[in-house]
Amino acid sequence: MLLIDCPYCGPRAEVEFSYGNEAHIARPLQPEALDDDDWADYLFMKTNRKGVMLERWVHSHGCRRWFNVARDTVTYEILAVYPMGAKPPKLPERSYL
Amino acid sequence: MAQRFRLSDGGLIDRKTTLSFTFEGRRYRGHPGDSLASALLANGVHFVARSFKYHRPRGIFAAGAEEPNALVQLGEDARTEPNLRATQIELYDGLAANPQHCWPSLDFDVGGVNDRLARFFPAGFYYKTFMWPASMWMKYEAVIRQAAGLGKAPSEADPDSYDKTFAHADLLVVGGGPAGLAAALAAARSGARVVLAEQDARLGGWLLSAAGVEIDGQPALEWVAAAEAELQSLPEVTLLKRTQCFGVYDHNFFALNERVSDHLPLAARDPRLPRQRLWKLRVKQAVFATGAIERPLVFRDNDRPGIMLASAAETYVRRYGVKPGTKAVVFTNNDGGYGAALALHRAGTKVAAVVDLREAPEGPLTAAAQAAGLDIFAGHAVIGTDGGKRIAGCRIAPLDESGKRAFGGGTPLDCDLLVSSGGWSPTVHLFAQAKGKLVWDEAQACFVPGDPGRPEQRSAGAANGAFDLTTGLEQGHAAGLAAAAAAGFKSKGRRKPAPPKAAGDGTMGFLPARFLYLVPSDRPLGQGGKHFVDLQNDVAASDLQLALREGYGSIEHVKRYTTTGMGTDQGKTGNVNAIGIVAEQLGRPLPEVGVTTFRLPYTPVTFGIFAGRDVDDLLDPVRTTPMQTWHKSNGAVFEDVGQWKRPWYFRRPGEDMAAAVQRECKAVRDSLGLLDASTLGKIDIQGPDAAVFLNRVYSNAWSKLAVGKCRYGLMLGEDGMVMDDGVTARLGEWHYLMSTTTGNAAAVLAHLEEWLQTEWPELKVYLTSVTEQWATLQLAGPNACKLLSRFTDLDLSPEAFGFMEVKTAEVMGVPARIFRISFTGELSYEINVPASYGQAVWEAFMREGETYGITPFGTETMHVLRAEKGFIIVGQETDGSVTPLDLGLEGLCSKTKDFIGKRSLARPDMALPDRKQLVGLETEDPSEVLPEGAQLTESVPETPTPASPVPIAGHVTSSYMSPNLGRSLALALVKGGREKLGQRLYAPLADGRTLACKIVSPVFYDPEGEKMRA
Amino acid sequence: MRTRYNVFSLARNAMRHHADWPKAWRSPEPKSSYDAVIVGGGGHGLATAYYLAKEHKLTNVAVLERSWLGGGNTGRNTTIVRSNYLWDESAALYEHAMKLWEGLSQDLNYNVMFSQRGVLNLAHNQHDLREISRRVNANRLNGIDSEVLDAKGVKDYCPAIDLRGGGRYPVLGASLQRRGGTARHDAVAWGYARAADALGVDIIQECPVEGFRISNGRVQGVQTGKGYIEARKVGLVPAGHASVLAERAGFRLPVTSVPLQALVSEPVKPVLDCVIMSGAVHAYISQSDKGELVIGAGVDKYVGYGQRGSLPVTEETLGAICELFPIFRRMRMLRNWGGIVDTCPDASPILSKTPVEGLYINCGWGTGGFKATPGSGHVFAHTIATDRPHAINAPFSLDRFRSGYLIDEHGAAAVAH
Repeated sequence: MLLIDCPYCGPRAEVEFSYGNEAHIARPLQPEALDDDDWADYLFMKTNRKGVMLERWVHSHGCRRWFNVARDTVTYEILAVYPMGAKPPKLPERSYL
Repeated sequence: MAQRFRLSDGGLIDRKTTLSFTFEGRRYRGHPGDSLASALLANGVHFVARSFKYHRPRGIFAAGAEEPNALVQLGEDARTEPNLRATQIELYDGLAANPQHCWPSLDFDVGGVNDRLARFFPAGFYYKTFMWPASMWMKYEAVIRQAAGLGKAPSEADPDSYDKTFAHADLLVVGGGPAGLAAALAAARSGARVVLAEQDARLGGWLLSAAGVEIDGQPALEWVAAAEAELQSLPEVTLLKRTQCFGVYDHNFFALNERVSDHLPLAARDPRLPRQRLWKLRVKQAVFATGAIERPLVFRDNDRPGIMLASAAETYVRRYGVKPGTKAVVFTNNDGGYGAALALHRAGTKVAAVVDLREAPEGPLTAAAQAAGLDIFAGHAVIGTDGGKRIAGCRIAPLDESGKRAFGGGTPLDCDLLVSSGGWSPTVHLFAQAKGKLVWDEAQACFVPGDPGRPEQRSAGAANGAFDLTTGLEQGHAAGLAAAAAAGFKSKGRRKPAPPKAAGDGTMGFLPARFLYLVPSDRPLGQGGKHFVDLQNDVAASDLQLALREGYGSIEHVKRYTTTGMGTDQGKTGNVNAIGIVAEQLGRPLPEVGVTTFRLPYTPVTFGIFAGRDVDDLLDPVRTTPMQTWHKSNGAVFEDVGQWKRPWYFRRPGEDMAAAVQRECKAVRDSLGLLDASTLGKIDIQGPDAAVFLNRVYSNAWSKLAVGKCRYGLMLGEDGMVMDDGVTARLGEWHYLMSTTTGNAAAVLAHLEEWLQTEWPELKVYLTSVTEQWATLQLAGPNACKLLSRFTDLDLSPEAFGFMEVKTAEVMGVPARIFRISFTGELSYEINVPASYGQAVWEAFMREGETYGITPFGTETMHVLRAEKGFIIVGQETDGSVTPLDLGLEGLCSKTKDFIGKRSLARPDMALPDRKQLVGLETEDPSEVLPEGAQLTESVPETPTPASPVPIAGHVTSSYMSPNLGRSLALALVKGGREKLGQRLYAPLADGRTLACKIVSPVFYDPEGEKMRA
Repeated sequence: MRTRYNVFSLARNAMRHHADWPKAWRSPEPKSSYDAVIVGGGGHGLATAYYLAKEHKLTNVAVLERSWLGGGNTGRNTTIVRSNYLWDESAALYEHAMKLWEGLSQDLNYNVMFSQRGVLNLAHNQHDLREISRRVNANRLNGIDSEVLDAKGVKDYCPAIDLRGGGRYPVLGASLQRRGGTARHDAVAWGYARAADALGVDIIQECPVEGFRISNGRVQGVQTGKGYIEARKVGLVPAGHASVLAERAGFRLPVTSVPLQALVSEPVKPVLDCVIMSGAVHAYISQSDKGELVIGAGVDKYVGYGQRGSLPVTEETLGAICELFPIFRRMRMLRNWGGIVDTCPDASPILSKTPVEGLYINCGWGTGGFKATPGSGHVFAHTIATDRPHAINAPFSLDRFRSGYLIDEHGAAAVAH
């Protein structure tokens, strides 16, 4: 069971959090200007990284605040926690086949 | 009955107290400190079980968690439990156990015929047959199922309770043997918070059955007792006995199973205590001091009762004071096996022979055995055994240098006990579960921990391949210190603390050894007799070879094809032998063949602890409104909506549901009804950007809504599908109250928060759920205004308080928000009062409303009334695949602003003419009500259950008998339905009827909305 | 000529101490070139190869498996087979598979132990009842056997169940598909492997695919751990690893890979003779021929390639089982494991051409791929052989995420197993 370090409440068990999948997907400012392919890409396509994934979590049974996490999706090691809107920290590349 | 095989002294049992127990109905005696297995052996009972496949007689093979054979059915009725290992059941007075997987009795088991036919049942035989005729498979399978399985599941609900405990610690030490105790002591003395978990009822591990061992100058068990006393005295230490750490999870999270009261006689179990407990433990550091498990030698017919592990025999003699046989053969490939020979010899068992695979036996225990004058046959092997329900003898023969061939037909030896030792396997299960890498230790022929999955997890002692006691204690001590230091605890005092020191025989590990995974016999493998590798599942070496011959080449394939290692013991004694035999057959180095994945749990764990107290009503919280007491005492029948209990309808004496609903529907339309709408989600929205925010999350426009006004809003997902709906009111300049559907309240709040925080953090908007702060009473019907006016000074005239307006006022002196909105299509007010006043106001309404025949109504009536108006219910008319366009609500989709989901509505397939659209349906026979969920077709299918697909035109989403219309009505989603008004459709039903109906407008009642605007 | 499996060959071999059984499949070294390469040696991939050879006479085919065949989700699932899906498109696909299941043991000459013991989906509230009725009615019009049971019918069909559901989740009724059931998962992989091999397909294990050679928008071959292999047609059937391979081929997929757990109890004598599924409490359970209770859990919510699940999911699942079956509270969990399932936004699979010519993808089965194995392989083979989707898998294209023609099975089956 993951131990996630909520930037606002400190380390808490996984069960207190909800998952928000991939981070840093900005909603297009002018959706109408996108063609169907680009809209589908925004809406559905996922990086689904095997390796270090930048993802969003929310402390839903705590402070209810969203934040970003860099997590290895193979080892489940959490490499960084950083607030919404912040740029991801520099992290080692990890590649798995 | 006398315990004929009980030694007169020695062992950790209390001879002063005698316990009575039964096995297969026969009464036996034992002592406190016994396991069921040791007590049975003390009474001369070896034969206790039948094997899974061939129903061969099996005895007690081990003395701990690794036992593959001696599985019994413990207890009776609701408390019965199958497949328990007799070696781990603590004896208590009145214990009743039975053999399992045999019929009619253990002694005479019809299933034993399988053994005669074993030749036809090699590994995987079922994949090759039972295919003709195809129709017979289910019959064959029924026979196979009856023959399989082991014990019996209880047939009554479990009367016991279970519990869960969360804990945090600096260090978890798994295993209370010497290394674990050394680790716990070292860490605890530094002040660290330590949890020590031991699966046994006693601390000490293998020291409990050791002889002549001293630690720090004391006899080993005195050192253990002192260590236990010291740990008990330290406030930060938690000692958990009878507790199995069965699972390692991510981020240093561990699951442990504590057996709280299983070891007590039924009458002595405290009903306030759980039977077992799940410990959920998060620690900073962990030390695995889980010891090691002995491997047997794989020789022909190595499975008869009376054949056991050498270490098990030692344990029965030394720990339990039991003589497991009168005449023993000890078969070993290592020095350690002589420990059993010596123990048996000293206990008075005649040791007929020590058969040693080694050409030149040596080592400290070997020397001691030689000194004791035991007969040793070097370079020999047991090549076969005799006997039925107990071993009667064996044959031994010399081996060639390669170890692959035995010379001659062997020399027979009589015996009633044969113990074997093939080396040791560190208990690396937890280490491997945590994704630690195992490496092969060639010298000791075992897998040992290599790189740990996590640096915070250390292995020590035999679990780490350190089989001699001195090194084990040193490793435990060092691991404890290192773990404590890593957790921030420096050892006290200036001098570096020293590890405990060991002395004595039997402390030096088991080497030297000569490793042979398959002991040859005088006949080709698989011909006459079997070399069992997995005793429980009856997997023999010949089965492994067959799997390889057939191309099942990966060790995982071998496991799955033969089922080796898949029994309830998960191959604790057999797996390494299986890998060794496979490696030899493939001609590959053993580590290259590798291990199969280690899965949790280490030993089987009771389902009940995972549920804990969250059973029955506590599985999921029940949410009730402030008026629940009134509802319950006034005939309400409830339906579950999410976690809520909502009144479905209010039953009067003599009424059925249909009658009640018809009465309620009439009352609302004709005079006055009262609905508890408290469960609707309420989200308080405040901030200067609230209107901008609403504009983005609702599909319709919000910027112009005036203070004091309400508006119906439609909320879409970004995929354009309808997600929720509800009325939102503007209470102030920067203040709105949003209502959501009952089931979606939490999801909507989460959805709004997500957008607000992750996409639009610049918006100054704050969201608060106030669902449970307010009770909501909905007065509906032509007389709603008249009744309400008795409770408030507010001017309720239509001019002063129009439709879709909200007012703050006092109702019955209680501060209230009154919304003039309508879901029933009647004149209607929703009155929000603080939750604690809900029932009082409700009761007052009911009292005063008698004048108007006020009628409480439930969700069913609400559904009928709104369907008459063609109002949708999200989750009933929608299912996540329905757009506003499908519902005919394009008017609620703003053309001039962007909103969540808008772009998705412009995708090419959103405008397909054959998308399902919301329509009304009227049955041709007005008294016929279409079933909800009925599917619709354009023509009458030849049969209601056609063999090949019939095009489906749509389906019925809501359907009711409407007393107000005097006929049935339905809402449906029909392909291109809006273009098909007046067209006829058919609903073929499972009962064989086909109902005809006509597509009509979905608004059946008061299409202009005059009533609700009145 | 391969030895046919039957009771006579079994008896004959028994007399020879089983010393003469031939290999079920060869283990050849890969050739430098194939007409088609299937990436992924699970049930779907092996079935694809088998039907390519059998139906389309395409026998110069290799199946490349990164580890051991059948070792992914085929060997980790809870073996439930049913076809009672809500939407016409899904119903057609899964019923196609069901019909193939019904003759599969005989077709493959390998007993996959397809056991039609019936699958019940429980209803615990009025909403569930409505949805069940909707699905059952749709199934029947789609030619699929399906019926609604009331509470008493459920108890008669499954005496072990507690209709009170512990009080919190009473059982009000259920849908029943009598033709649904279970199959022996490993045998499905092995049976297809043996049958494909017999038709000339090369099955190459421990051969990870590391990349693709693509020129002019067309696939030329695959780079593997055993060297470069030329192939003008490449079918990807990689389950949880779909995104990883797609990325190497230069496109993205709408899938999320999450851990899915399952567990078994110790074996006991027959006590549960059907498959029980409950969306409301997130659990499903059956009893294997060996006697183990086979229990499926929900998915962990986060992306994970670790093939392991988290404790809270086990707690929730076994909590639900203890609620529906209070007699099982004393049963014990023997093994708990995890797989990686690739889930689509609409809970329906992708069986499709890709932006790369000659490259085809079969993925997105989420938690319910096993039941589709024969049908999936059959229509995917058609897609690869003819470069056109079969009518049955045409709706399951990648393009649906652009056009919006999603096949959303979420609503109908909260647990889409």
